[in-house]
Amino acid sequence: MTEAFNELFAPDKVEEAWLIIQSQFPMAIWETVYVTILSTLFAIVIGLPLGVLLVTGEKNGILPLPAWLMHTLNVIINLLRSVPFLILMIMVFPLTRAIIGTVVGTEATIVPLVIAAFPFVARLTESSLREVNPNLIEMAQSMGASPLQIIAKVMIPESVPSLLSNAAIAITTILGYSAMSGILGGGGLGKIAINYGYYRYKDLIMIAAVILLIVLVQFFQTAGTKLAVHSDKRLK
Amino acid sequence: MIKIEKLSKTFHTADGSVEALKNVSLDIADGDIFGIIGMSGAGKSTLVRCINLLEHPDEGSVTIDGIDLGSLSKKQLREVRRKVTMIFQGFHLLMQRTCLKNVCFPLELAGVSRAQAQQRALELLETVGLSDKANAYPSQLSGGQQQRVAIARALATDPKVLLCDEATSALDPNTTNSILELIKEINQKTGITVIVITHQMSVVEKICRHVAILDGGEVAEQGEVTEVFSRPNSEAAKRLVYPESDAPDVSDFSGRLLRIVFNGAQAANEPIIARMASERGIAASIVYASTKSIGGKAYGQMILGLPDSQSVVTAAIGYLSETKGVIVEEVTGVDGSIQ
Repeated sequence: MTEAFNELFAPDKVEEAWLIIQSQFPMAIWETVYVTILSTLFAIVIGLPLGVLLVTGEKNGILPLPAWLMHTLNVIINLLRSVPFLILMIMVFPLTRAIIGTVVGTEATIVPLVIAAFPFVARLTESSLREVNPNLIEMAQSMGASPLQIIAKVMIPESVPSLLSNAAIAITTILGYSAMSGILGGGGLGKIAINYGYYRYKDLIMIAAVILLIVLVQFFQTAGTKLAVHSDKRLK
Repeated sequence: MIKIEKLSKTFHTADGSVEALKNVSLDIADGDIFGIIGMSGAGKSTLVRCINLLEHPDEGSVTIDGIDLGSLSKKQLREVRRKVTMIFQGFHLLMQRTCLKNVCFPLELAGVSRAQAQQRALELLETVGLSDKANAYPSQLSGGQQQRVAIARALATDPKVLLCDEATSALDPNTTNSILELIKEINQKTGITVIVITHQMSVVEKICRHVAILDGGEVAEQGEVTEVFSRPNSEAAKRLVYPESDAPDVSDFSGRLLRIVFNGAQAANEPIIARMASERGIAASIVYASTKSIGGKAYGQMILGLPDSQSVVTAAIGYLSETKGVIVEEVTGVDGSIQ
């Protein structure tokens, strides 16, 4: 045990790791944060309206859609959610190439990340909106609100705290996927952990990358939870 | 003028179908305060939701000022709903908006500019006595205050009709009284037609001019409040007027009967019946009583038996009416069948 510890933290290894950390990590952190945030934003742009449709489009919803359309939507979302991320990433290579021009590198991972994340965001949005007190929707209808007004002025504003805490869940999940993408040419902390730690046996680098990933997850989760609590006007 | 004609509505559920409304017809005059009273499950909520077509009746029509609501497009119906607003048992305020913004809500829906909406909302908050709470959130207010905000919100678009769906059922008796006072005051000031849905007789007695008793989806009885409550004819009406027992049997009583309704009278500590005996020498027998004291105030009612003498009856009515919160009237029998 002590031997393994001493070997891991041998002075020459520590020095070498420190050099790599200094030269590689700032860029890697930036890539991870940038890919995660951008992918989350795109996923929300697509997933949020879909989540709204999942609730309002139901038979008894405020804006009923044809049953076949709702069914198709649900099937597509479930399908995308059941494909493991790495497989999905390979499957969307043609699309990635068409949009970004390449399948390797930081930008290229945004495409599979968004495709993996938007169905998840849609489901999270759906669950947030379902928490809205149906009496409030009836109230808005009794005051002459149109379906769009109900969505924009009642359903979404009333579920902001829940949406924010779900956004924190989404962003941490996407961060995990982005690290995973390092194995198939994605950039960031995941790539460093795999390239140095897995392929070149530099355990210290891997540990450092993992610790940084943990710190990032903690940061996003805490910030999201704080924002959610702070925005909620119900219990003060 | 609201004309409800032959309204029927059946709900189909997994456990079978429920006939919520059966051939209900009512006429409600402009400026009236009209009570619709019934036990739970009598169809009150369905009926009130048919008045603004939140619930579509299977048969029958609702006509407001000559316009048949069933004939309107969705957009036209939304316009009508700005003039037929509603308050609820659970207040239903938007919890993430301040009180001011809650009152602004129907104005926003109607496309009123923000500045105008806020000005109107402030005026209304003042009307309901809550101008100091404009920037508070609903969760910071008591139930009574929340209902006041809801009333201000319901009045924002200058409606002609206010629907109150069990609006005081979640409130304590004192708060209930103050909310009912407020509704009455608004009715007198603006001439708004108020439709009050309730299961509490005291609410109807306090503010309504006309009442319809709903039982099993049907109108069991309707008319002026004093009329219906002093001579309940139908079973449902009797159940409501004498809630805790069957209507008292007074068939062998030979004298005159007075019904006394305590509606928050300071009478719990004052023995008004005994005092009437000692001060005026009027000995009354208690034929029926169902009263309770809540917070030192008396609620409920009593039937007194008096000797068959006009002067005694007049004196007793005069004496008892002096106490605040007591309504006295002579009844010809508890079910209208005597005499």
